[in-house]
Amino acid sequence: MQDPRFTKEHEWVMISDGLAIVGISDFAQEHLGDIVSIELPKTGSTFKQNQVMAIVDSIKASSDIYCPLSGQVEKINEELQEHPEWINQSPYDKGWMVKIKPSNEGELESLMTKAQYDEFVGQIK
Amino acid sequence: MQTPFYENHRASNAKIVDFHGWDMPLEYSGIIDEHKTVRNSVGLFDVSHMGRFVMKGSKSSEYVQNLVTNDISKLNDNQGLYSPMCNHDGGIVDDVIVFRISKEEFLVVVNASNREKDFRWMVQNSEPTGVVDKSEEISLLALQGPQAHTTLKKIVDIDLGQIKPFGIQQTTILGSKCMISRTGYTGEDGFEIFCDSTKPEIWNKIIDAGAEFNIKPIGLGARDTLRLEAGLMLYGNDIDEQTTPFEAPLKWTVKLEKDFIGKKALLEKKPEKKLIGFEVKEKRIARHGNAVLRDGIKCGHVTSGSFSPTLKKSIGFCYLPTDVVADQSIEIEIGGKTYESKVCSTRFYKRN
Repeated sequence: MQDPRFTKEHEWVMISDGLAIVGISDFAQEHLGDIVSIELPKTGSTFKQNQVMAIVDSIKASSDIYCPLSGQVEKINEELQEHPEWINQSPYDKGWMVKIKPSNEGELESLMTKAQYDEFVGQIK
Repeated sequence: MQTPFYENHRASNAKIVDFHGWDMPLEYSGIIDEHKTVRNSVGLFDVSHMGRFVMKGSKSSEYVQNLVTNDISKLNDNQGLYSPMCNHDGGIVDDVIVFRISKEEFLVVVNASNREKDFRWMVQNSEPTGVVDKSEEISLLALQGPQAHTTLKKIVDIDLGQIKPFGIQQTTILGSKCMISRTGYTGEDGFEIFCDSTKPEIWNKIIDAGAEFNIKPIGLGARDTLRLEAGLMLYGNDIDEQTTPFEAPLKWTVKLEKDFIGKKALLEKKPEKKLIGFEVKEKRIARHGNAVLRDGIKCGHVTSGSFSPTLKKSIGFCYLPTDVVADQSIEIEIGGKTYESKVCSTRFYKRN
């Protein structure tokens, strides 16, 4: 497993066994507050990089989740429907949202490294 | 602006937001956790951003009676009531709580968003010298939940059981004079404490008294979900000058056997819409302003929407045409998609 990469919209993506696992960052979950529902894409659907692929509702706001890498959705985390709070409690592990078969892994280079993201978030704070 | 308890909020790691010019705590431990704390135990709110006006003088009861739609002539000393205050068109200027302190003195608690407007309106409709804005010298806390009584009892020397709903009594906390009313905005039993603004140490005194019940400070986020579940209106969202008490579910607060500003208009005007409760079938959250459809036709809008931590459902209020009936199917448009919903009572939660 490689280190995660991050988008400016606060998604993270990690490549594992040829699949890109996607979720939202700790900063994002903290900012959104208690998450109460998620609308995930259907498996088999395809997205281009930066397309909206999911929506999370926290008590405070609804937020679009953007696809960090172009590709096809191979798996979704169905358990989040019952446990949306996992996105708050465990954003990098139990709170993963989708696994994508990337069509162009080169797009990963356009995303921020952990160090770059931490700096980016530091500026927002 | 900051309330006297601002440093307490910072010390409790609150997320602070701007609320009508006030730096207020949105949440501390999390909205759902705070919500459950109030439903199951006890929580402390800083509501000092709300306005507190005192109206004094031999004609004060006459003025207050004319300003509000509810009937204050039935109040004894140390009793209060909830009431809309209408303009001449019957639109709601604000919803307030009026306490009769004595025959010639009334305390009126108004919404933070309406402080200046209400003050002008009350001055305009009374002997101007009789209305005094006490909001700065008196701060306001709300202690709410099933353990509110047992918590507060530890630090006051009066019998709180004597204070009935909407009653108010004088006492002292930490040697400082204050007034305690049995009121709130959560659907739980609880009290509001009117205290000296120069004594912010009262906050920690209450927190210490509630420690054995795991008391927590509660922010505006949970205040909103609690009041929504309890079917209570939020001024600016659910009611405003474009809505009348007959359109909102506030008919019970309008006493047509007395005179008041707006009565004539209310008698003449047919309600154009009706505020109802709804549940969304899926868990998507409806937000203020979302369109409401009936038989595919847009016919209203959401005024308040949120997640109910008690029912674990997406709930809210919306205005619909007056022919709306219970259990009717409606659709709510959220983010360009429509979601199946059902009309229901505005009282989503009733305590046992």
